[in-house]
Amino acid sequence: MIKKTRNNISRRGLLASGATLAGVLAAPAVARAQATAGRLVIVGGGFGGASAARAARDRYPNIAVTLIEPASQFVTCPYGNLVLAGRSADLAGITHSYDKLVGRGVTKISQEAREIDAAKKTVRTADNQTVAYDRLIVSPGIDLKWDAIKGYDRAASAVMPHCWVPSLQPVTALADKLKAMADGGTFIMVAPPNPFRCPPGPYERASMVAEYFKKAKPKSKILILDAKDGFSKQPLFLDAWKALYGDMIEWVPANKEGKVVAVDPAAMTVETEFGKKHKGDVVNVIPPQQAARIARESGLTGGADWAAIDTRTFEIKSAPGVFVIGDANAAPPMPKSGFVANNTAMRAVAVACSQMTGAAIPNAIYFNTCYSHVGENYGISVVGVYRPNADGTKIDEAPNSGGISAQGATPDIRAGEATYADGWYRSITNYMFG
Amino acid sequence: MTTRLRMVSLGLATAWFASPAQAQMPPVAANGCLGCHGVDGQGANGIPAIMRVQSKADFTATMKLFAENKKPGTIMGRISRGYTDQDIAELAAWFGKP
Ligand SMILES: Cc1cc2nc3c(=O)[nH]c(=O)nc-3n(C[C@H](O)[C@H](O)[C@H](O)COP(=O)(O)OP(=O)(O)OC[C@H]3O[C@@H](n4cnc5c(N)ncnc54)[C@H](O)[C@@H]3O)c2cc1C
Repeated sequence: MIKKTRNNISRRGLLASGATLAGVLAAPAVARAQATAGRLVIVGGGFGGASAARAARDRYPNIAVTLIEPASQFVTCPYGNLVLAGRSADLAGITHSYDKLVGRGVTKISQEAREIDAAKKTVRTADNQTVAYDRLIVSPGIDLKWDAIKGYDRAASAVMPHCWVPSLQPVTALADKLKAMADGGTFIMVAPPNPFRCPPGPYERASMVAEYFKKAKPKSKILILDAKDGFSKQPLFLDAWKALYGDMIEWVPANKEGKVVAVDPAAMTVETEFGKKHKGDVVNVIPPQQAARIARESGLTGGADWAAIDTRTFEIKSAPGVFVIGDANAAPPMPKSGFVANNTAMRAVAVACSQMTGAAIPNAIYFNTCYSHVGENYGISVVGVYRPNADGTKIDEAPNSGGISAQGATPDIRAGEATYADGWYRSITNYMFG
Repeated sequence: MTTRLRMVSLGLATAWFASPAQAQMPPVAANGCLGCHGVDGQGANGIPAIMRVQSKADFTATMKLFAENKKPGTIMGRISRGYTDQDIAELAAWFGKP
């Protein structure tokens, strides 16, 4: 039986790669081979999209699954910060191939999606293929808002890297600058306003830079200039920074003149709201963010920064049959995390495929778990359990649940959370790409 | 993949699969477990395996202990308090030993 499964999958895999080459013409062949009850097309092969493709292949074998994603490999944001700590030298450990997903019977079209026509139910790709769908899941991630901070454009980002979207700029761009910095230098991080990708991410990053400095450049300083007055897991980060790094890290909230409004890459300075200038030796600007272009330009955000969704289904009201998951949607109080993208991918797939097969749609419950590494054998976490409200306008946290790790927990617990963080990364990337 | 899911991908189970009961589909609450405990509940890097490790009764009892902070752990207390009794029963049926 198992052997037969393998044959089946590899045969499908061959068909799938043929379909990639011949584009939309080959899709009906795949569909026939799978006795299709409908065509699910997915735009974006990151945390949301790759998870959706896997979930659909595992759970709805009679649905044909096509993934539109230009890249041949996916580099994760999660665990990129550990490269800055010097825990890994390159991106090999966080780079993943789509081959196994294709082997599972997903048709991959390695093109950028340029336009979604929700009325005709088609997606047009950069090479002008027209891909027809019955249901569409869109998970394209984020775009940075260039020039929201005066002077911070693409050119400036070469000097003051963001390293917040790996396909635009790998985290090694920042790692290289930190390595080149002399001991005693200042690393400035400009932290973004809410909502943004990975609420604890900037603070995990500062921690990992501190881990590196402590070993390699102990006289150096880290200055976080923040557009907010508070941040995710704040008490845990602040306790850990003091315990592990003394006064190396200084965090300046917006209400203490932390909000940066302009940068000058030539002078390596950043300027706050009331005109105070700070000079850094390495500057990391994490700018304000919005849903990726395909979501905005196809009308899925209705002119807003993020796509409003029915919180029960992740469907877009104005575009029935189109679901937006991952960072590109607005689903507060859930954070824009890889865990949430993966978890809600399963929900969107269940709804989309049930609509196509006529099956009953189950109740909804959503989860988030975000670990952060703060130092060696020192991990912390935030957890959330959520349910949509009855009319799909809101998401509520389940009473008495969720929250952050206990303050003052034992070293065993901190070490345990660091180990489990590694386990989470393995499990989630195995779900997407294994 | 579990045996149950293998059956699905073989296409042998198409008849019941199309039925509204969807008996072989993981319960919705399990989607959260899979994020850390793995697609088949197999565990990873110190995160324990949960698929067919405990009886249904023991699984249910474990979840209750976590929820009441009577079993030491890291994140499971914070998660299990978000489940209804119905969620836990469905999880026990899915992950527990037959
Ligand atoms: C430093 C850092 C650390 C993080 N750590 C964690 C963590 O520990 N845990 C956690 O849960 N989350 C973490 N995150 C957040 C996580 O990376 C994101 O929430 C997650 O990637 C969102 O998934 P997504 O599918 O929305 O977008 P992505 O994963 O970015 O995927 C989007 C994909 O869509 C593709 N795409 C875009 N436009 C198009 C188009 N027009 N056509 C076709 N394809 C397109 C892109 O190429 C990309 O592959 C971290 C983020 C950062 C920056």
